[in-house]
Amino acid sequence: MTDKKNQVSRRQFLNYTLTGVGGFMGAAMVAPMVGFAIDPLLKGQKDTEFIYVMDVSEITNEPQRKTFKVDQVDGWYESQVDRTAWIFKTEEGNILALSPVCTHLGCTVDWASNEQYPNQFFCPCHNGRYTKTGVNIEGTPPTEPLHAYEYKVEDGKLLLGKAKKR
Amino acid sequence: MLHKLYDWIDERLDVTPIWRDIADHEVPEHVNPAHHFSAFVYCFGGLTFFVTVIQVLSGMFLTMYYVPDIVNAWESVKYLQTQVAHGQIVRGMHHWGASVVIVMIFLHTLRVFFQGAYKKPRELNWVVGVLLFFVMLGLGFTGYLLPWDNKAFFATQVGLEIAESVPYIGGDLKTLLAGDPEIVGAKTLARFFAIHVFFLPAALFALMGAHFIMIRRQGISGPL
Ligand code: HEM
Ligand code: FES
Repeated sequence: MTDKKNQVSRRQFLNYTLTGVGGFMGAAMVAPMVGFAIDPLLKGQKDTEFIYVMDVSEITNEPQRKTFKVDQVDGWYESQVDRTAWIFKTEEGNILALSPVCTHLGCTVDWASNEQYPNQFFCPCHNGRYTKTGVNIEGTPPTEPLHAYEYKVEDGKLLLGKAKKR
Repeated sequence: MLHKLYDWIDERLDVTPIWRDIADHEVPEHVNPAHHFSAFVYCFGGLTFFVTVIQVLSGMFLTMYYVPDIVNAWESVKYLQTQVAHGQIVRGMHHWGASVVIVMIFLHTLRVFFQGAYKKPRELNWVVGVLLFFVMLGLGFTGYLLPWDNKAFFATQVGLEIAESVPYIGGDLKTLLAGDPEIVGAKTLARFFAIHVFFLPAALFALMGAHFIMIRRQGISGPL
């Protein structure tokens, strides 16, 4: 039989098996709860729905504030929520639909609401400012441009999807 | 009568040494405001504990009426505040206590800092204290959403944006907190409620236990 020195003592054997079984039981207990808690990370993103907002012919060079309704499924709670976009044509003639959510800390920005800066988006929370195309102005709190809605044009109608980082 | 009852229990269980060990020792002169009035600075830790007890008790009673559901939360708070006997007082205790506890923990921290009481051998208790401070801030943050009014909603919106600004993990962190990558809604309120009344209080109790055991073990730091 095996060399006596390498034999596992009864005490060691019990220690290892009990630790192993205990560890297994602990893990089996905790694992489902961890999954349960991080479910929102596992769910991932849903497909974007594009919603009619306005006719392309109505879009001007001056940003217009438009609200539209989106169906929202929030777990067990389904509802319609309002979304807002500042919509205009850029100098190059492209359509731009900007999200009004300040990229600093999420307040709501307004077009030309500060008399001193008639040609900028202005956030009242910490005086954040953006150029007309939504680019954050150096020296004000926001650190990145306003997000822009994905859009589609179908039969002269403007449809908006999700606001994305640019 | 009570005395007899105590003796009856003590005879069988020998409880006297247990509470003596916890409660029966002298307050050193240098921390006693009756000797030196300036020693009142030593009260802030105890006051933090006192307000925390108020928070825990008033919070437990609030949950008898409060429901963490976006349709009913606000109405349940309105009801408990206006219709329930002493509702205004109980909610008021929790509402104002939430701010007072932060002030107290801050003053306590200032005392420990300016007296250098965090130095060896008490470094670990400073670390535990800082963790306690973060747990308190977490309780304040999650509790603030619960009434589900406009102020609560937008404050949380901003708080979640702050979490999102953490490098690399910010996006996931926000999703984990809010329960959804985009929506601040039904799942967010349920989560914040769970965190507010179960998870963080559990952490709070464990940390307070560690804090007090260490103080008992090391004693209060000596006079300056
Ligand atoms: C240090 C500990 C705690 C802090 C700092 C704290 C903080 C807060 C805050 C800021 C609110 C919002 C109150 C308002 O706007 O009126 C709140 C609400 C609430 N808290 Fe706490 N809390 C603490 C402990 C607890 C505990 C231990 C429980 C329950 C076991 C609890 C249960 C509740 C409930 C049910 C509400 C919603 C009712 C309401 O808004 O009036 N809290 N808490
Ligand atoms: S949130 Fe807009 S400037 Fe701070």
